[in-house]
Amino acid sequence: MFQFKSMVASAAILIGSATISYAGCGISGGNVSILANDFPALHAVVSAAEACAGDGVTISKNHTKEHNSLQVPGLTANPAEYSVVVLANSSLVPLMGEGLVRPLDDLVAKHGGSLQKHQLVTIDGKIMAIAFMANAQHLFYRSDILAKVGVEAPTTYEEVLAAAKAIKSAGLMDHPFAFNTAPGWNLGEEFINMYMGTGADFFKPGTAEVSINNEHGIATLNMMKALTEYSNPDFLTFNSDATQALWEAGDLALANFWGTRAGPIMDAEGSTEEVTSNTVVASAPFLGDGPRPSSTLWWDGFSIASNVSDADAEASFIAMMNGISREMVMANNDLTVWLIDGYKPSATSAGVTATAANGAAPYPMLPFMGTLHGAAGAELSEFLQGSESAEQALADIEAAYNAAAKEKGFLD
Amino acid sequence: MKHRTFIWFILPSLAAMVLFIALPIFSVFTQSLFVKHDKVLIEAEVCGPFGCKTEVSVDVAATAEIQKEKPLGKFNGFNTYTNRNHLAVKEVRSAWSEASSVAQFFGALLNLPFYKALLFTITYTFCVTPFVIVLGLFIAIAVNSLPPLFKGPTIFMSLLPMIVTPLVGALILFWMTDAEGIIGSTLQRIFNDNELSLKASKTLTWIMLMVYGIWASLPFSFIVFYAGLQTVPEDTLEAAMIDGANRWERIRYVVIPYIMPLVVFITLILLMDNFRVFEPIIGFSAQANATSLSWIIYNDLRGGEIQYFGSASATSMLTIIGVGLLLVPVLIRTWRDFNAKSV
Amino acid sequence: MNIKAQQRPAILTLVLVLFVIVWLFIAVFPFLWTFWGSFKVEADFFSKVDWKYAIFGVRTLVETGSSFTGSGYEGAWVTHEFWRSVINTSIVVVSVVVISLTLGTLGGYALARSGYRYAFWLLMLALIFRAMPHITLVSGYLLPFFQWNLWGHLPTTIIVMVAINQPFTLWMLHSFFLNIPKDMDESAMVDGCTRFQAFRYVIIPVMWPGVITTGLFSFLLAYNDFTVTALLLSQENQTMIPKINSFLGSTQVKGNIMFAVSAVVSATLPLFVLVMFFQRQIVSGLTAGAVKG
Repeated sequence: MFQFKSMVASAAILIGSATISYAGCGISGGNVSILANDFPALHAVVSAAEACAGDGVTISKNHTKEHNSLQVPGLTANPAEYSVVVLANSSLVPLMGEGLVRPLDDLVAKHGGSLQKHQLVTIDGKIMAIAFMANAQHLFYRSDILAKVGVEAPTTYEEVLAAAKAIKSAGLMDHPFAFNTAPGWNLGEEFINMYMGTGADFFKPGTAEVSINNEHGIATLNMMKALTEYSNPDFLTFNSDATQALWEAGDLALANFWGTRAGPIMDAEGSTEEVTSNTVVASAPFLGDGPRPSSTLWWDGFSIASNVSDADAEASFIAMMNGISREMVMANNDLTVWLIDGYKPSATSAGVTATAANGAAPYPMLPFMGTLHGAAGAELSEFLQGSESAEQALADIEAAYNAAAKEKGFLD
Repeated sequence: MKHRTFIWFILPSLAAMVLFIALPIFSVFTQSLFVKHDKVLIEAEVCGPFGCKTEVSVDVAATAEIQKEKPLGKFNGFNTYTNRNHLAVKEVRSAWSEASSVAQFFGALLNLPFYKALLFTITYTFCVTPFVIVLGLFIAIAVNSLPPLFKGPTIFMSLLPMIVTPLVGALILFWMTDAEGIIGSTLQRIFNDNELSLKASKTLTWIMLMVYGIWASLPFSFIVFYAGLQTVPEDTLEAAMIDGANRWERIRYVVIPYIMPLVVFITLILLMDNFRVFEPIIGFSAQANATSLSWIIYNDLRGGEIQYFGSASATSMLTIIGVGLLLVPVLIRTWRDFNAKSV
Repeated sequence: MNIKAQQRPAILTLVLVLFVIVWLFIAVFPFLWTFWGSFKVEADFFSKVDWKYAIFGVRTLVETGSSFTGSGYEGAWVTHEFWRSVINTSIVVVSVVVISLTLGTLGGYALARSGYRYAFWLLMLALIFRAMPHITLVSGYLLPFFQWNLWGHLPTTIIVMVAINQPFTLWMLHSFFLNIPKDMDESAMVDGCTRFQAFRYVIIPVMWPGVITTGLFSFLLAYNDFTVTALLLSQENQTMIPKINSFLGSTQVKGNIMFAVSAVVSATLPLFVLVMFFQRQIVSGLTAGAVKG
């Protein structure tokens, strides 16, 4: 009913506009305001969308690293400060839970002809976001070092441990492995990745009750601990920048990094020819004989605010369709892994593609996933430092999660 | 001063504070007493670029219906304050009854995020503050005795730790203190230990953070003392000299009493700022070994995709109470001074 | 306090000078390191291989063909238009300092001269206000500001920073005013001045050391603020520190740290000029001999 009315209304506007003026992208007028994170791939998208400005269409943007803090209040205000918000799987759910983003079915039907089916993010049958790029953490290895110790490229974390052991005992490196283990978001993400490899669920089916204090949780933690033994003793300060610097200095042979870091690692800047030419990206390893790689797949996409007029919503959608056009992808092919038609996979994107092809699962789109993520990130450092048992660490995560989930109304 | 005159003098300042601090504090306190309504959860099919899966999601319409009646949320009283992520009353009690020794009790206590953070916060506050006050005064006296020509550049250079934004300053020091960095490798050479890492050990991390804290706040106490020294009346000093006071006695009995209001001021500000320590923890990414109350607040509000206002509000109120307790001795002193002043 | 006029043993002078030199070395060394490193590439500046790379620029030579490069500065100032943020910061900083000091001197003077108990309790209240972590305050502002369309503008940020800074300014100026003998303004009032006239003609001329020092801290607060500016300003009104933060990248995406380093270094130069200028003001307040007990 609502959708039908808005379709009629916007169709009328479109017909009217065709006779009055014809702006760059066929928008009749309206205010588009985009909130996005601040990095080159998103700059490319938003700049392409900005080309639609003019003739009664105003397009403003805010690229900021604080987008997570701004999106809830910015979209709650009525009218919303932003008509478009660029987000990822993890940040879509909290917005949806508050009813801050609108279903896009009618807009997709009308203006989404160029979209591919896999770009549509649907929840309960309604399209809530349009995805346009992908990312995942996966394995990086140094082919020359592995060749020296005569080890094949590892496909499981057990083989990663064996390879690290061989490198260490051959005296090539003391700490051949690294992953992003700084407590907080990074460590929480590593926990979730590793746990995903077990194939088990984080929660009791159909509820928000966490259930990780089991044999899967223990296997996850024991593997993380075993890996940190081959990591530099400073591993609890490791974020992406720190680990990338280690890799570029030639101090690592095996690592688990974000796919988007492959480009900067393999370029000529910051490292020697020996390191860059022997760096190979591969699928994220499996945990034992687990059913899927120990990683989570991420997408970035956009949603349209609920608290804006239908006309502004339509203008915003058209502008963003222009932002994620084939031409934009062709001009910016290597900035990231695009999910858009026309993208040509490159050497640096092979890791993300292989991880997805091996059947890695997407980061769970659960409204309370972020709460568990935060609890895991905060409660694991004692265990990794060896001053706490795995059971205690898992119990701490559950306790921290329960307290936080109550505040959000997920648990009684 | 007459009441009416006083009001006119203070009004603009007071209005700004009431509007932008007092009202928000009140709202923060109110928020800390509420939690969100129970969300209505449904199972729905979620599809994305990587396939479909049936997942739990929020029934927005049903949840909004509950929300409409009571927009503030569900009244929770002080339960947020006492839950496991804050004061953890239940957990502390059970730790107390289960512990067979005091050490075991403290072990269990420090496994709780709030108490872990509190321990570092208090240690940091009481180690950094005295150093900053004493060293700041010495530097001020020393700089004050320099020839005028050198004073300007010296003041500027002394301010540099405060001028360079902690965002980048801590990042630079983070790399300098790395095992391969200039400070880290120099320390390795001094202690003749190739495995020495400032970032891996808890004790060394704490010391590193405190040294950084002293370094970063010294300019503040130095400048305030330096400005205070400029107002010390010369005749009093001369009178003291004529009375045969030596250099140290002149500082002890003339200069220090004269700048005492400033010492009180600096102590207050430093205690408060150090109690809210947070930037170096992020800068040195030291949260594995050291967390503070302010870091907990930061983590609640900016750590991930979801913000926990109620939780952050509760920790903020606890921080205010903590600061209040910390300042009591200084405040009693101020109170006495105040009463000593004739009306 | 003119110590020069006094006889000082040479050994004491030596100790004092050595003390200052040691302090300056500790205070300045990280900055000098940064300054030198800002002309290198990132692989040298944050070298994991060997810290000496940062001094000799080994990777810089490989990557750019010379031991020094201005690419960090070029990236920050030309490509990313850092100057826009500099202008915004100047507006914010000047406004915050002027407004803070105006409100603060009036209030601080009143608090220092009033003997009534409520003055004490007001000071206490200001302290409690100051204890509130900024990040909680600012997060609370967001929704009302968005709703009332106040978000993103420079004046909003300026007023918020003035308010947040008021407790500190009040306390500091109050402490300085306590140092100015009461007899001065009171004798003026005996001569027939009103309280405001006494403030205007007697106190203002002698208050500059305290005011300038307080102003310096208001300045540094506004200049270095991250929490308020990062959350309350829109992109076109962005000040320097959030801009520098945007150079630093995120977990998934590599930033350009050398832009941030160059921006930090180049933002320091105008401050040098400023401090030199106001340092003369502090000392001139002294040499005018205005403050005599």
